[in-house]
Parts: sequence; C-alpha cells; structure tokens
Amino acid sequence: MIGELLHRPWPWYVTGPLLGLVAVGLLLLGNKPFGISSNLRHLCAACLPGDVAYFKYDWRQSGLWNLVFLAGVVVGGFVGGVLLRSPHPVAITSQAQASLAAIGIHDFSGLVPREIFTWHVLLSVRGVLMVVGGGFLIGFGTAYAGGCTSGHGIFGLADLQLPSVLAVVSFFAAGAAGSFLLLPLLIP
Amino acid sequence: MTTATATTPALARPRERLLPAYLFGGVLFGIVLTKGELVSWFRIQEALRFKGPYLYEVFASALAVATPAFAWLKRHRVRSVAGEVIAIQPKALGRGVRYVYGGLLFGLGWALVGACPGPLFALVGAGVGVMAVACLAAVAGTWVYGYLRPRLPH
Repeated sequence: MIGELLHRPWPWYVTGPLLGLVAVGLLLLGNKPFGISSNLRHLCAACLPGDVAYFKYDWRQSGLWNLVFLAGVVVGGFVGGVLLRSPHPVAITSQAQASLAAIGIHDFSGLVPREIFTWHVLLSVRGVLMVVGGGFLIGFGTAYAGGCTSGHGIFGLADLQLPSVLAVVSFFAAGAAGSFLLLPLLIP
Repeated sequence: MTTATATTPALARPRERLLPAYLFGGVLFGIVLTKGELVSWFRIQEALRFKGPYLYEVFASALAVATPAFAWLKRHRVRSVAGEVIAIQPKALGRGVRYVYGGLLFGLGWALVGACPGPLFALVGAGVGVMAVACLAAVAGTWVYGYLRPRLPH
C-alpha cells in the first residue's frame, strides 16, 4: 500500500507547489537565484580551455553551490526515476497520444520514447540531430537568453521580470513550432 | 594540523558550510522532476502540442507559490540562513533581443530533446544514459555561445 503510494506519479498540484518551494528555499538558504542553465556556463569555466571572456570568472565563488545542487539533481533523478520508478506509462492525454502516434511514436512505455533515445539510434543521423543538435541548441539558447525553464520560467516570472516574460513566450512559441514542424521530419 | 587545513578555507568561504543543504535541495528538485514526470519527453510534447494542461498547471501552481513568497521575502527584508538580506538582482532588459533569440533557439532544442536543462541531468540519474550526450552537447552549445558572444546582438 505505502509502496504503491511512493511509486505513483505525482499530480500537478503536488509537483508545481514543490517546484515553487525549491526556488523559495534557495533564496532562504543563501539568497541564491534558482536556475539550472548557469551550471552549463560554470562547467565551461571549470573544465573547458580557451581564451573566452565569458568564462573568465571565479566559478567556485559564484557557482559552486549550483554545481552541487546540479549533482543533487542527478541523484534525485535516480531516486525518483529508478528507486521510486512508476510501473505505469506516463499518463498523457489520449489526444496527446494520438497526436504523437500520428508522427510515428508508438512505444509509450518509458519516460522517453525508445524510438529516439537509445545508444543505437544515437548512431544514426536522426539520433545525432535530435540528441546532439537538440542538446546544443538548449545550451546555446539558454546561455544567450540568460536562463531556462527554471531561471526564467519559474524564478524570473515569480519575480515579475519582463526579460523572463520575453524568454518564456519565445521558448514556448519555438517549442510548439519545433514539435509541430521539426519533429515529424525527424521521426521516421 | 587537521584544524589548520579545516578552518582556513572555512574562513575564506563562510557559506560553504551550506553546500550539503544545496545538495539536499538538488536531490529534492530531481525527485520532483522525475515523480512529477517533468523529465518525460511525452509530457513535454503533450504541452507543446497543446494536447493537455498538465505542464501549464504545474507552472501556474509553482508560480502561485513562488510569486507571493518572493514578494513577501523582499518586502520584509528577510535574512537568509547565510546571513545576507534577500534581494533579487533584476535582469537587464536592454533591447530585449537576447531573450527573444535565445528563447527561440532554446525552445527548438527543448522540442527536439523533450527536456530542458534540469530534466536533462535528472534523466541521466534516472538511467537514460543517452541524455549524458545531450548534456555534453548543451555544455558545448554554451561554450560556442560564449565564444560568439561579442558578435551576437543582445
């Protein structure tokens, strides 16, 4: 009974408020801005060589806390996605399922479709475009915009900042366009 | 000898004592992302194709908690555990071009991978190993942005 309860996916009214509380908690702890994509910059500053002004700063001073937070996210992914794994497929609406089936997605059993996110597919043009190309755009775009779904979508919007409104409207618009127009070209 | 090595960095960076708390916060966030299925490509596509309200309900309820809490913390000049008064640096608007262009590029990548940066890393923990490649590609993308930054419109 308790086991079943722990493995069940959470409804939006649990997930959303907890997300909000994570952002509030970081402010309360150390006046820290919630935002994951800054870590991509910190990782560059810490690990990658090159004479680039954007990466010349004390990443330990400004970003160590966030890199530690990011390490926690990986651990949390293991706890939530492996230890407390839900035995059921992700319960998207039947309209969403039909819409994705229409572009060639048929395996709805995991967290991500096996038609795309396997090592085998990664070795194909489609896999490289989606995983490497998509990942590259995420890194480039979030650095350009100065934030992602957490930094702009939650932290910036909760602080009522106009730049975050611009960024959020833009990434939702491009996300919809990408899902409707690009995905059908990339899935066989 | 142990005391000398233990106290010197602590004096230099007093806030590092909070690192375990940030780790704990990250673990909590990772669990919320996976149990809330925000790491799921299917959930993201459902939202981006306007075929279900789940993601929008999550965002709305997150903001319903965070927005008044932020305002309250700022108005009452609450001190953080680390000791400083909570204050949020406003992002510079400028011409706003970077937020639109950057947001558009990020949005395209988001649609392809079906995950934003937090979920990308949470998925590695959840056992979707291929996402480690997407994480590395994202780091590379950020590096290229940093390299091209002087020539890009902001």
